[in-house]
Amino acid sequence: MPAMTLPQFLLKNAREHPGASALREKEKGIWQEWSWADYLAHVRAIALGLVSLGFRRDDKLALLSDNRPQVYAAMVAAQAVGGVPVPVYQDSIAREIQYVIDHADAKVVFTEDQEQVDKILDLKGSLKKVERVIYEDPKGLRHYRDPLLMSLEELEERGRKLDAERPGLFEELVGATRPEDVALFCYTSGTTGVPKGAMISHSNLVSAIEGILQIEHYDRTDQMLAYLPPAWIGDTFWSLAGSLIVGCTVNCPERPETVLENLREIGPHFLVAPPRIWENLVSTVQVKMADASWVKRYLYRWLMPAGEESARRTMEKQPLSLRLRLLRALGEFLVFAPLRDHLGFGRTRYAYTGGAPLGPEVFLFFRAIGINLKQVYGQTEAGGVSCVQRDGDIKLGTVGKPFPNTEVRLTETGEVISRSPCVFVGYYKNPEATAATIRDGWLHSGDAALFDQDGHLVVIDRAKDVTALANGTKFAPQYIENKLKFSAYIKEAVVVGQDRPYVGAMINIDMENVGKWAERRQIAYTTYTDLAQKREVYDLIAQEVERVNRDLPEGTRIHKYVLLHKELDPDDEEVTRTRKVRRGFVAKKYADIIDALYSKAPAVGVTSLITYQDGRQATVRTELAIRQVGEARELAAV
Amino acid sequence: MSALVEIRDVSKAFGGVQAVSRVSLDVQEGEILSIIGPNGAGKTTLLNCISSVFHPEKGTIRLDGHELTRLSPPRVAALGVARTFQNIALFRGMTVVDNLMLGRHIHMKNGVLRSMLYWGPGRREEVAHRRVVEDIIDFLEIEAIRKRPVGSLPYGLQKRVELGRALALHPKVLLLDEPMGGTNHEEKEDMARFVLDVNDEWGTTIILIEHDMGVVMDISRRVVVLDLGEKIAEGTPAEVKANPQVVKAYLGTKAGA
Repeated sequence: MPAMTLPQFLLKNAREHPGASALREKEKGIWQEWSWADYLAHVRAIALGLVSLGFRRDDKLALLSDNRPQVYAAMVAAQAVGGVPVPVYQDSIAREIQYVIDHADAKVVFTEDQEQVDKILDLKGSLKKVERVIYEDPKGLRHYRDPLLMSLEELEERGRKLDAERPGLFEELVGATRPEDVALFCYTSGTTGVPKGAMISHSNLVSAIEGILQIEHYDRTDQMLAYLPPAWIGDTFWSLAGSLIVGCTVNCPERPETVLENLREIGPHFLVAPPRIWENLVSTVQVKMADASWVKRYLYRWLMPAGEESARRTMEKQPLSLRLRLLRALGEFLVFAPLRDHLGFGRTRYAYTGGAPLGPEVFLFFRAIGINLKQVYGQTEAGGVSCVQRDGDIKLGTVGKPFPNTEVRLTETGEVISRSPCVFVGYYKNPEATAATIRDGWLHSGDAALFDQDGHLVVIDRAKDVTALANGTKFAPQYIENKLKFSAYIKEAVVVGQDRPYVGAMINIDMENVGKWAERRQIAYTTYTDLAQKREVYDLIAQEVERVNRDLPEGTRIHKYVLLHKELDPDDEEVTRTRKVRRGFVAKKYADIIDALYSKAPAVGVTSLITYQDGRQATVRTELAIRQVGEARELAAV
Repeated sequence: MSALVEIRDVSKAFGGVQAVSRVSLDVQEGEILSIIGPNGAGKTTLLNCISSVFHPEKGTIRLDGHELTRLSPPRVAALGVARTFQNIALFRGMTVVDNLMLGRHIHMKNGVLRSMLYWGPGRREEVAHRRVVEDIIDFLEIEAIRKRPVGSLPYGLQKRVELGRALALHPKVLLLDEPMGGTNHEEKEDMARFVLDVNDEWGTTIILIEHDMGVVMDISRRVVVLDLGEKIAEGTPAEVKANPQVVKAYLGTKAGA
């Protein structure tokens, strides 16, 4: 692959396939399309518009937006003038946004609409380095008179004017970009401490895409769906770099709530999703099946196990019996193909899960219905993705093998380290962290892993999260949590037990599915807290916990659990924006509850401070029941 | 400057109950005017008089110089008055899109026979109206529920769809009868934002009945207070709040007592 920057790839695509579709967005109920020529025209206008505002090489453009064609165009535009796009999680709270924009020294901020503009204007006092705020959607902004504000339309107009005055300027700027230039700041959420801004160069991104293209086949006519936060490296990897390099089409959903519907309309050829989305899809199917007619329920219950069994045997490279083959064929016809089509995976060649480990049950579910779901593994600091399971060599619980251009090793302590052209430039304004992460050219991941006998990498947990009970039994909390989360009724779980006599779990119920379940059983409830503390709900979750326990070694089974009164929320810093549990923080915040899991108390009181939207605060006191696994049955036996 | 809506000495009684008595009111083009008052003050009756659900016994109501007082509700709608109702008036079995398309009905020119043909002007008109409806769907951010039957939606969303149905008319004056009634805090904030945005984007004049004083004081340019069918105060939110008569009507005691 030629050593080029992303804007140079854009020029190439616009030259070779000007009319082919590059970006699409559903607007006003219709998929609106940008060809590569349109994409280039917007990038040219935005880039020169930025130049007219004094945006120069090495300046930073922060972006706060859902997935829109304009966001990707603005990112490439910043790169085209040698600047750096800094996507920020669009649902971040003010303090996080302030930190990232300020730390990145952003000069211009690109926002989607009034909601994001309001956030920035509220923070204006502490964002001294910001010179301009660009907004895409003018709705509700008519009476805003802040001199910082400028509409995207006006910016593009200025750009077109400058283009007319100085033709060739844009090409000149793009020509001056170099592969080793920093192409992106990606602030890693980090389960510990403040976010760090990883500087990723064009050649990092290009090498990472090159790595996956050595294994997988992507086509110029492929469709993909860009629906994950642009601030997540996974989205940049596929929707920005992947699309520009391969030349395939990126589709942006109409609204965040319509993603599943849009997924079905687009029928992407490849798709990446974090475990949360795959778990949600399984829950959706399970809940819909529970409401389906008896014929469908019967077929599903009859053929699904055959599908899972065949998928498992295929992965273990064992032959399928004639009976299994027949059932599978029947299942394909009656259940699997319709289900794939219904979910929008009718023509999906590759489906990836990444970002966090996915429970084996969920994984098997999708393989059973014939979706080529594969685990990918990587990190922001290595351009996004560096390991993928190969077709025909899929194994449960592994993350596959490294890309051909990536060297992966384990240290004596079992930490994953890698060396490749994808390894990032360093953390912005943080040489200590950079030095701690890149040592002798090796990127230290902080993940504990091992290689199995077939050379597959098996990631166990974050190295510092693998822990042991008081009696020395080792266990990986995340592994148990993922098993719990397979249940349609459990949304999130935190497993504890370090230096304790047994394993305990704090569980978030899935409000929607448990709510439906309760409605079917005519159990009245008011709030999340109320529903979670229903005796019947504890019984329901007891079955799920016992199911998980059956698959766990005797010593690490869940002994006691509690259903939490609120969902873990990134706004409360309990989970990261990519929904990884921040263990240290949670352990401190819920210390009382965790202690109660190891006492004889039947319940624990919690006081929570609730801030209403108008700023009033109130304290609410609730009792949370502590349930011992098997308790209900023991009582029944007495 | 003459007012967009001129209400002159309007009275309406039901049997022996004088619901509205001798109310006069000017509504300026492009303003948000709130009507407040205790239960039974005659707020909804006044709105019903404007949209010609009831005809007042005395007095006149004019829109842009046209006398509305004796017209039928469809005629009033055709002149550019749209409204929402306290207890949501939508076709519950129909989808959101279909309900909004019905809101366009007054602008549809083709007859029954032409509309039944798939090709030709019938189809072109359908497409044109669907475009308007999609603009409203986009505006109210209800894309995700476009194809859902209205009856299956939560109450707050139904209220938003009803606002959409009224907007589909492209009215000059929008009458909103308790658009935030029975909704939760977040839905209230959303609705308040949409009301402001409608006023802002399209310059639609809005007459609003609302019980939530916080919302009323925040979004109205002027407030009119009714009590027992009579207008007892009129002015900016701050003026009305300071008016001793208003305090008395609401608290039933003398101000400061």
